[in-house]
This record gives sequence, structure tokens and C-alpha cells, in this order.
Amino acid sequence: MTCHDRILLDDWHVVADLEHLRQHSRQSAELFEQQLDINLRADGSAEVRHKETGRVLPSQIKYGFVWVCVGTPSRDIIEIPEAGEADRYVVSGGSFPVRASGLRVVENFLDMGHFPFVHTGWLGEEPHTEVAPYQVELTPDDEIIATECYFYQPVASPTAEGGIEVEYKYRVYRPYIVSLYKTNPAYPDRKDYIVLFIQPVGPEDCVVHNMLCYLKEGMNEPDIRWFMQLIFAQDKPILENQLPKRLPLDPRAETPIRADKVAILYRRWLRDHCVSYGAIPAA
Amino acid sequence: MIRLYDYELSGNCYKLRLLMSFLGVEYESELVDFYPGNRHKSEAFRKINPLGQLPVIDDDGLVLRDAQAILVYLASKYDGSGKWYPRDNPDLLGQVSQWLAFADAITATASAARLHDALFYTHIDVGACRAGAHRLFRILDEHLFFAEEAGQDWICPGDHPTIADIACFPYIILSEEGGISRMDYPAIRRWCDRFKRIPGFTVMSGVFPAGPAADEDSKLAS
Repeated sequence: MTCHDRILLDDWHVVADLEHLRQHSRQSAELFEQQLDINLRADGSAEVRHKETGRVLPSQIKYGFVWVCVGTPSRDIIEIPEAGEADRYVVSGGSFPVRASGLRVVENFLDMGHFPFVHTGWLGEEPHTEVAPYQVELTPDDEIIATECYFYQPVASPTAEGGIEVEYKYRVYRPYIVSLYKTNPAYPDRKDYIVLFIQPVGPEDCVVHNMLCYLKEGMNEPDIRWFMQLIFAQDKPILENQLPKRLPLDPRAETPIRADKVAILYRRWLRDHCVSYGAIPAA
Repeated sequence: MIRLYDYELSGNCYKLRLLMSFLGVEYESELVDFYPGNRHKSEAFRKINPLGQLPVIDDDGLVLRDAQAILVYLASKYDGSGKWYPRDNPDLLGQVSQWLAFADAITATASAARLHDALFYTHIDVGACRAGAHRLFRILDEHLFFAEEAGQDWICPGDHPTIADIACFPYIILSEEGGISRMDYPAIRRWCDRFKRIPGFTVMSGVFPAGPAADEDSKLAS
């Protein structure tokens, strides 16, 4: 299945973590089932070629990742002010292939209901299973924002000591880019920030890249990476065993509950933008 | 206190976390950024283990590498019951050693396939690794089937698991991350469930606890 979604083809997608590329100086990647060759030039920039045709694709390095556009870029890479704040660590937690649609990964990331069952003892635990009502909106910039998301978490962060009630804010920027802002116990007015840049390898395969922007106070880089991998590796087998592997966009395909409010809007938003790659389109 | 040079997603490190949890031995983890940092290949870490591999333990100055060797050491030193590594039973000891070597072969195949699929070890011949893992799983499945027929729950004879069970468990339970299904190995699947019910069992990311055990009345073939 080839990707025909203009909104995806004309957008920027991460295809490599710069740190990984520096270790090897060249690597291959796959985007929309097309093979790419990525080379690190001597001046530190990257060159991305379409393997079959040899065509050089538009690429940029930003946030420590190589971004590429296989079509004609119609907009810029998203702006993330948190990545430029000096009092934050900005680290990649490592890129992980997942045998599932990247849209499924976005939806799982937006879901609080699974915390006590998949991240038991870390991001949730029984009997604190209820997802309290939260707010969801579509912004004038065409992003999805979910706010007032509260959840009790036994170990909410790499350096947490004891359970706390955590506040989340979720944000979907693009079909394959999603982030969250999360309570930092040391700062009542600021939040830690995590974003997933998902590389659609195929309709049922993706690579999940991520950038973690944690406030430095009381934190250290190895623990940030450890925690991200601990949590993500708990999600991975669940994602890979979810069926169907593509995200169904028909409202009747799967039965949502109140806690899925943000996922319902996400699916509708994907329908409205005619995103079908990685999805089962509505009938 | 024992220091474990540890990586969360490493099945070989998990072997040691399991045994220390079963034995109630306290330890502290020194996190090594295996992926994506590749710190186990750094000059600093090679001073601790010239092979550049995890896990390593430092127990009061005694530095040991190799998961199976460390299992032997920890069980010999900290298991008062002598059941996890039965030093005084030559027959059993021979069998434990045999299955420890088998566990190493599982690492070379099932774990390698997982590294290929999950952590971008693209130079690995994943087809050969998967085929090799299936050969080993077939052998173990048959062994466990006949063990069950003889009333035995564990890889080696006796009423208690040994470090051979611990050594084999992680890369079997994680095999699907390397594209190796356990669908065709029912005796292995039952053994995995029994293993998960050993008191002190602990999970790692990618491993889930067993559901509640069936009560005696509803057990098949009772």
C-alpha cells in the first residue's frame, strides 16, 4: 500500500536520531515503505536519498533528529520552545521500532485508562483506575489539546519518591506527532515535556522517536532515558498485539468510553484531514 | 552491597534481578546506557568488563561478568537452602550446567533476533537467529512435556526450580519481540506460567505477571 495522503507526504518526518547516525555515519531508513539512505556530511548536515531513484530529498536537522519530506514541504517542522530552555535536559530516549500503525501509538500515548494495568506500580495502580472527566478542544491552529487530566501515579517520574496526583496536558500537533506536559513535583508552575515523533515505516509498522525535556533540578540524564525506556517497553507488546493493527476511523468500529474523549476527537480529526495511511478509513 | 551494572531491557540483567528477588538479596543498580548510548562499549566500561557486555556485578570487590556465571556465584553464596544451585548433587549439577549452556544458545539466537527487531542491530542475520531459536524451543518444549508427564515442574528434576530455569526464562518470554512465536510450544508456555508464580517473581518491561492460578478442581488432567 502506497501513501497517497498529501497531508503526510508534504510534511516533515523524523527518520534518524542524530546521535545514532553519528555512531555509524550512515544508515538506512524506511518511510511510507520507501527505502532511504541517510549520510552524515563532513559539515555535520545530513543527506537523505531515495534509494530506488537516487533523488535527494529535502531534509533538515532539528532537535537532534534528521527530518525528511518525501513530497513538497507545505509547512515547517513544529516549534517546541521547551527544547530551547536552558534549565531543561533535552535528550532522546532512543528510537524503537513497533509492529503497529503509528496512529495506534499516538492513541495509546493519549490514553490514561491503561496506566494501572500496563504500567502497574509506576504510572498507575489498582484501585486508582478511574479516568476523571477532562477537557478536549481543537485549537485555532488545528491542534488537539486535552487539559485537566488528573491521575494518581505511584512513581510518576524518574526520581519520584512516593505516589502523587499528576496533571497532564496532551497535545496532538500532526497525525504522527504527539506530546504531553506533565507535573514536575519541584515546580508547581512548570511541567516536564515529552514528545513522540513517529516515523510511519509502513501502514502497520513504525519507529517511535522521542524527545524528553525534563527540568534539570533534581534530575539526571541517565535516569530520564531509563524511565522512558522502562515505560515504553511496557507499552510495546500491548501495541503489537492490538488488532486490527491499523487505527479504525469509522466511529462504529470500536466502542469508546468517556475516558476516550481525546481519542474520539483524534480519529475524527484524522478523518477530516483525509489521513488514511496507518488507518482503516471510515466506510 | 552488591552492585549490578544493569540495563532495564536486558534479559541477561533480568536473570540476576530475578534470582536476587527470589533470594531476597539486596543490591543496587548502576544503570548503563546500553541503547542508544552504547556505553557498554565505552573505554570506561571496558575497564570493568573487557568484553563490553552486561551484566556485571561487583560484590564487595569481587567483579564478575557473564549472567550464567553470576547466577552460579549468587546462588552458591546466598541461597542457604542449596536448592537453586544444588552443589552437593553431582547428577543434578551436571544437568543444571547443561541447561545453563543451553540458555547461552537461546541468548545467541532469540536474544539476537530481538536486538535486530527492537534495537536496530541490523547486521544480524535475523532469519538464521529465528530458525535457531525455534530448534532450541522445540527441544526444550519436548523436554518439558516429558518432565510434566513424570510429574516434574522444572527443567531439572526435583521439587524446586534451579538457576537453569532462571537462565532460560527471560529470552523465551521476550521471544515475540524478535518475531519468534511460542504458539507451537505449549509445554514451554505452561512452564512460563509456573515460573511466573514462583514467590518473589518480578517483571521487567515486556514481561507481564501471570493471571491468578486456576484452583485445583479446575485443573486439566488432574
